[in-house]
Amino acid sequence: MQKNLRWKLILVFAFLAICTYYFVSPKEKGAPLLSRLNLGLDLKGGIHLVLQVMTDDALNQELLQDGEAISRELRSKNIPFESSKKGAGYSVEVTGVDASRLNEARAFLESRFKHRYEIRSTGAGGKTDFTLTLMSSYVRETRESTVRQALETIRRRVDDLGVTEPTLQIYGRSDQDIQDQIIVELPGIDDPDRVKSLIENTAQLELCLVKKTEGGPFPSIEAAVQANGGYIPEDYRVLPEAGDQGQVQYLVVSKIPVITGKDVKTARRGQDANGAPLVNFFLNADGAGRFAEATGRHIGENLAIVLDNVVKSAPVIRGEIEAEGVIEGRFSVRQAEDLALLLRSGALPASLNVLEERTVGASLGADSIRSGILASLIGFSIVVVGMLAYYRLSGLNAIWCLIANLLILLGFMGAVGATLTLPGIAGIILTIGMAVDANILIFERIREELRAGKTVRAAVDNGFTKVLGAILDSNITTFIAAACLFQFGTGPIRGFAVTLAVGLIANVFTATYFSHRLFELMLGQRKVETLSI
Amino acid sequence: MEILKNVSVDWLSKKWLFVGTSLFLILLGVAGYVLHGGFSFGVDFTGGTIIQVKFKEAPDLDVLRESLKTEAVSAPLIQRYGRADENEIQVRMQTAFEGQDLEAGRREMTDALRQAFDPEHADTSKIDFNNVGSDALYTYLINSDPDNLKAQNKTFSEMETHYRTVAQSLLDYRNVKGAGIVNSLDDLRNASGVSQTVVDSLKNGFYAGSFAIKKLDRVGAVVGADLRRRAQWAIGLSFLGMLVYIGFRFKPVYGVVAVIALLHDVVVTAALFALTTKEVSLTVIAAFLTLIGYSINDKIVIFDRVRENLRFMRKESFYKILNLSINQTLARTIMTGSMTFLAVLVILLFGGEVLNGFAFALTVGILIGTYSSIGIASPIVEWWYRSVGQKTKRRAA
Repeated sequence: MQKNLRWKLILVFAFLAICTYYFVSPKEKGAPLLSRLNLGLDLKGGIHLVLQVMTDDALNQELLQDGEAISRELRSKNIPFESSKKGAGYSVEVTGVDASRLNEARAFLESRFKHRYEIRSTGAGGKTDFTLTLMSSYVRETRESTVRQALETIRRRVDDLGVTEPTLQIYGRSDQDIQDQIIVELPGIDDPDRVKSLIENTAQLELCLVKKTEGGPFPSIEAAVQANGGYIPEDYRVLPEAGDQGQVQYLVVSKIPVITGKDVKTARRGQDANGAPLVNFFLNADGAGRFAEATGRHIGENLAIVLDNVVKSAPVIRGEIEAEGVIEGRFSVRQAEDLALLLRSGALPASLNVLEERTVGASLGADSIRSGILASLIGFSIVVVGMLAYYRLSGLNAIWCLIANLLILLGFMGAVGATLTLPGIAGIILTIGMAVDANILIFERIREELRAGKTVRAAVDNGFTKVLGAILDSNITTFIAAACLFQFGTGPIRGFAVTLAVGLIANVFTATYFSHRLFELMLGQRKVETLSI
Repeated sequence: MEILKNVSVDWLSKKWLFVGTSLFLILLGVAGYVLHGGFSFGVDFTGGTIIQVKFKEAPDLDVLRESLKTEAVSAPLIQRYGRADENEIQVRMQTAFEGQDLEAGRREMTDALRQAFDPEHADTSKIDFNNVGSDALYTYLINSDPDNLKAQNKTFSEMETHYRTVAQSLLDYRNVKGAGIVNSLDDLRNASGVSQTVVDSLKNGFYAGSFAIKKLDRVGAVVGADLRRRAQWAIGLSFLGMLVYIGFRFKPVYGVVAVIALLHDVVVTAALFALTTKEVSLTVIAAFLTLIGYSINDKIVIFDRVRENLRFMRKESFYKILNLSINQTLARTIMTGSMTFLAVLVILLFGGEVLNGFAFALTVGILIGTYSSIGIASPIVEWWYRSVGQKTKRRAA
């Protein structure tokens, strides 16, 4: 054969060999064959969650803290005022500030809060009210960073669980401009309940001092309030604790934590002298310093270990503790493990709302794989028989193109680690059906040219050149449809769109270039009278 | 083999046959729509819960309905899924779905099912093997050590590897051989690498429950609305894309005609969905978009041939050229149509329940898309050239 043709064919086959490699070879040393192809949730089983990050939590938290900070400052400066608390919208309202100290108050507010808030004041009589409203740019920024932070925390938890190939993505509703949703996909998980509770758990840890006098425990909130003279001081709150016999009791606990989850460097499950599971936690340098100071100053008092606003335990401080602590309290081994995991990953910056949950059992996945493979084999066979019957030897040409298409498609998916889903398998079957269209167009044209009396070689060449426009147009338009599908689809639909699109691109290449070279190979150098088509 | 070598049918004269068929189908669809109260949208679009459960033996549907009634806002819709001997049921319900309650809701459903079908096990500490996950199974095995590895002085990591493999083998047996359920724990003796001692040990901690939850989908109403919106955008944008591309590559009129024909295809296929109340899910929308892609190809092939013929046959009437173009490309149309049709028919028959709606949309759609090129798109183009195009000088497309 001509030298040119030989090189062209060698290049094509080399390319196909590379594709085959990417599709068949194991992902890493020791992995099984074909492992580069990721199986989607619907084929492997697993859980798909769409979580909405309640970014308002984070904003409200900030407003609350700022409100209290203003309270403390004004009081320490002895500036009389009525109240400082969260107001409507995203604002803090400071009411009843004495007019005589107005400038001082305003100066203080502006110095601390000007870059985040817009500050307005209204005055009446001898008193002025301030309204601090969060700037909308800041609100937006905070929302976005809260979502990112939530994503990172969830990612740490998921990694810690040892899930292979998890997907975590920020996502947004098509009619909102803030993307405040997170998609979590965990293939291969077959205990969705445990995973969900791990992911959704806010896990806010705080270590706070129990009120020294009349701190509790009390059998009810009313009893706690009464014992404190009918009024809980502003710096304290009443929190529930599960008592030894399983009953709920209440403690009066400081609102200001000595340490929080942020100070925890790491945590792990341990056991006490009786072998009961507990959680050991270790503080970082900064936290350790504060912890040492607090425990040193409050020996004999109780330190409440508060998790998500519930007191887990409140042991007595026996001496100065520096860098580590223990959380005990009727844990099973699994619960202690999970709590340690949560502490390691850090608290969620906001609570999560589950908008969507899909769990697919592994058995359903196996069913789907079976159906998919069966349908693919049958579909392929039908097309092979059809093409051979109708186009004879040239049909074989089309089948080589088909095989090349599949190798390119699967090779691409293996190379980029794309995920194969059940609709994706359907996409492959469709590609088999639609890909032969290009070949059919060319073959019909060749037949026409032959009927018109052209020589075999001319007919073949004409077939390819005259049909190129139509082939390109068809494939580009179908590609447009696939692109729209990808843009607006989610999950498995995207898998389908990708297989369709890549299949189309591969198809243009094989049907025009590869097929033509194969014809040249078949015709060779000699003069050919007839063509098996 | 070569059929359709020299076809010479006057397709354009038969246009009313095609238009009539379409109108008839659309009418059927409208009737179906009115009769059934609209399309049968999947939870993707309406929000709600779908739970797919496989039972050991055919469950009493009334018992099932009763047990789930507390979870549902309205009566749950129960359907058999798959073959009768598989005993798989799909329950669809609108639940009072508030995000925070999601966790509780799932557990409550499992508990409700357990109370109804495995009441003797509802309160024991034994775990339901048919719903257990690999972690819990592994933890049990390594704690109870039925193969007595500790006595053989195996290291912890050797024990871990061994029992993880055993757990996986047990679950594979259940999931693949049993399609998700085992009738009794004794069946597990057949799992590879599983010894009798393991099975005996399992009997102490597990029981083979009467049902296995194969799938659970819960979609909030907000998400449903969002997905609807996305689907509309996807289809709308693809129409726009087609209009622009075809209009650009051929002449603007061809773009418009193509979109009209595509609209026809989508509407008639949708009509059939309304008639048969097949569920419209996200994958069905994907099928519609694929259908659009396939159908446009058909039009392009004819338009391309028309363009070519116009170049060489200036003397013929447009009517004749159009008919000729259709006849010339008929062999390709039939062949490609058959190949693609057979491919999706295979998916319809063998692709399983999950792809059923998808395959139906495509099977029907391909037939409709193929005849719409000849019966809808072509007549409109011809009418245009007759009434409007004549006024401007007739140029090649």
